[in-house]
Amino acid sequence: MRNPQLNDAGELTHLLSTDGLPREVITQILDTASSFLEISTRDVKKVPLLRGKSVFNLFFENSTRTRTTFEIAAKRLSADVINLDVSRSSTAKGETLLDTIDNLVAMHADMFVVRHASSGAPYLIAEHLQRVGRDDVHVVNAGDGRHAHPTQGLLDMFTIRHYKQDFSQLTVAIVGDILHSRVARSDLHALAALGTGEVRAVGPQTLLPSALDKMGVRVCHDLATGLRDADVIIMLRLQNERMNGALLPSAREYFHCYGLTPAMLALAKPDAIVMHPGPMNRGVEIDSEVADGPQAVILPQVTFGIAVRMAVMSILAGN
Amino acid sequence: MLPAELPDAEAQCAELAEMIRPHLAPDSALIGIHSGGVWIARRLRELLGLQEEIGLIDVSFYRDDFSEKGLHPQVRPTSIPFSVEGRPLILVDDVLFTGRTTRAAINELFDYGRPARVDLAVLADRGERELPIEPQFCAWQIDLDDDEELILESADDGHLHWRVARDA
Amino acid sequence: MRTQIINGRLIDPKNGVDGTLDLFIADGRIAAIGTPPPGFVAERTIDAAGGIVCPGLVDLSTRLSGIETELAAAVAGGVTSLACPPDTNPPLDEPGLVDRLVRRSAALGLARVYPIGALTQQLGGERLAEMHSLARAGCIGFSQAKKPVQDRLVLLRAMQYAATFGYAIRLQPQDYQLAADGVAHDGEVASRLGLAGIPVCAETVAVSSSLELARATGVRLHLARLSSAAGIALVRAAQASGDKVSCDVSIHHLHLTEADIGFFDSSARFDPPLRASSDREALRAAVADGVAAISSDHTPVDEDGKQLPFAEADPGATGLELLLPLTLRWANETATPLPTALARITSDPAAILGISAGALAVGDAADICIFDPEARWQVSADALFSRGKNTPFLNQELAGRVRTTLVGGRVVFGA
Repeated sequence: MRNPQLNDAGELTHLLSTDGLPREVITQILDTASSFLEISTRDVKKVPLLRGKSVFNLFFENSTRTRTTFEIAAKRLSADVINLDVSRSSTAKGETLLDTIDNLVAMHADMFVVRHASSGAPYLIAEHLQRVGRDDVHVVNAGDGRHAHPTQGLLDMFTIRHYKQDFSQLTVAIVGDILHSRVARSDLHALAALGTGEVRAVGPQTLLPSALDKMGVRVCHDLATGLRDADVIIMLRLQNERMNGALLPSAREYFHCYGLTPAMLALAKPDAIVMHPGPMNRGVEIDSEVADGPQAVILPQVTFGIAVRMAVMSILAGN
Repeated sequence: MLPAELPDAEAQCAELAEMIRPHLAPDSALIGIHSGGVWIARRLRELLGLQEEIGLIDVSFYRDDFSEKGLHPQVRPTSIPFSVEGRPLILVDDVLFTGRTTRAAINELFDYGRPARVDLAVLADRGERELPIEPQFCAWQIDLDDDEELILESADDGHLHWRVARDA
Repeated sequence: MRTQIINGRLIDPKNGVDGTLDLFIADGRIAAIGTPPPGFVAERTIDAAGGIVCPGLVDLSTRLSGIETELAAAVAGGVTSLACPPDTNPPLDEPGLVDRLVRRSAALGLARVYPIGALTQQLGGERLAEMHSLARAGCIGFSQAKKPVQDRLVLLRAMQYAATFGYAIRLQPQDYQLAADGVAHDGEVASRLGLAGIPVCAETVAVSSSLELARATGVRLHLARLSSAAGIALVRAAQASGDKVSCDVSIHHLHLTEADIGFFDSSARFDPPLRASSDREALRAAVADGVAAISSDHTPVDEDGKQLPFAEADPGATGLELLLPLTLRWANETATPLPTALARITSDPAAILGISAGALAVGDAADICIFDPEARWQVSADALFSRGKNTPFLNQELAGRVRTTLVGGRVVFGA
């Protein structure tokens, strides 16, 4: 089966998912991101790499935060950035997703950064571009439904590598609502590709997808078991609408069972790092003392995220 | 044409150091271009007895052939551990050819600040410039055929030597 | 018109016929098999050498998006009788609508159309449709198509009412609450792609409750398009214990699994969803054993309906013209004898529908399919007569091509 994000030479032309990304490609992205990290510390935080290129931020689902990180990354590469709030404009007029794409391609878009509520929407766009012979236009998935958020997955890998180096020796615990989390899926595939020693998924059965074991993941329903001797803890955000209902009785009970408190964190290795894709729900999935504590690397994740997105955009634009 | 035997790169480094020495200012700093230029800059720092660490520059993000060739698969971070503002800098590279790499490096340097002056020191100059760029210090002038590539290599013990590759 | 079909291999699964036998047709019916009746002079001779002569195929579920194109597609696929589910626009809940469908299709003189009436008004699942009037207009059974009857008491009453008149009921067993927003089998692929899952229990719960209600009312029940091993096991057990229940499996579920979704291929979106390979094996076994018949589940979906993100795309695929070649492929892959395989798309569905079709005894209507089992062809938009061009089998090469189709002794496709 053709992997639509790689070209015939096996190079990355779109970033749609970490699923099926070869280890070398992930490593190349992380290495390149290391070089970009330094640029953010300069007086002139900008390189001319994408000068004259147009990057369209196509957000069919609102997310100011994610859109901003892509915008900063593109601007630091000297690209022209056009933000389109498509959730309000074209789709409301009945224009189809692919009509919108055709229109923007006619405006000489070089890259689309796509956020969509439907799993797989960026694949549809990438395949459409291939069908109409526009392999020179690139797609970056900025989050599609529950499916993937590959730049977040890659920045998580960057963070882990930054603090921990060798993946094969690590135990990584992902805690929370994995069922609805595109971040968790992107992390799981990337961790597998990088040969992580042990990956654990921790949460109640209502928040875990079926067949996780077939993805090489150890399922733990008990937080203490899931955290014991872990090197890396990735806490997931619990969406407000899932806190009270058939999935969970209440945020209070969730925190009681799965919230990361200092006592729970003590079960992990002493040098374990705590990650969170943000925005955090303090007192729901994570205790403030942990979130602000010395083991939390949540803010460095944000910094690394810019560099990783710069790396992805520059690698895609060159392929 | 190539000489029967390629010159000793280490001896050329020493030669280059002697060319630079009379022109050194007290606050001169060396900046090597990845990767050959960095090796040479390290050698020059020892030979010239400079205190300041050298700067390392990777011009991948500033190249003008990005649209055709894409990003170099192995980019290394640029690292300039000192302020370039108002300082005399000596940019160091192994081979000067079209001048495009030097152009990219100068552009990148200016994103760090405004140096007092920038000189260029190279081990070899093979001519055929495509930009108005000339080295202030050069140890070896050499004519090569278009299909020949002059490469500086570093042995496991750090010894520098030349190699010539030909396109198949 | 007197016609003879000579030199072909005649397979009539219902009557246990399999041999090189000539077929003689007069007045639209089978006049004789093997030797011509006395004084028979053929006005037309069809040489079926190298081909197979079998009853015209009977399809349990064909959606007629455009009646001319789809009935032409039917006969191109060797299908001479088909049942049309009631989820047309508007739904088949008015005798007038049924009457019009019957007349329009009869006027075309292609495949015979047997409407399935709506069980409830507007398929709303609340008030019973006028089943008796609908039956008089031509409906041969009643169903909700894909719409649920949310209130089980309504379903019980509908079954009681249908049983009163001896009408058959067809249900597509999927609990609408458990299936909710699901778009794919709740398994490995849905987990990987982040698609909302439909668990197997959505099917087993619905199969179990339908069976219980059917037992309580004595209605003749057909369960349409089983998708799981567990679901089919329940039907198998019910049949073994003597329940009047039949079921079918779509031609797509006989071949495909969740893995065919690949990277969000919307052509592999089906309702019920494609399930795991172990499910497919159980479905294949059930069809081989005669527990289930095969249906085309023909659902034309246009480009606009498929050029969407997976979860937003319309489910379904074109099936009429693939029914025969895909049945042959299944028979070939599982070493199922050809007469058994053909029974699943001729006499078995005819029995389920309670119609006189799918057999070639003397006196039967001369609805006949003549096909070349070895002829290979490529599935493409141009090769298909149907308005629906969407199929996961697009660009694949399939063996088995219809040469000639006869309905009532008249050649309606090929020569």
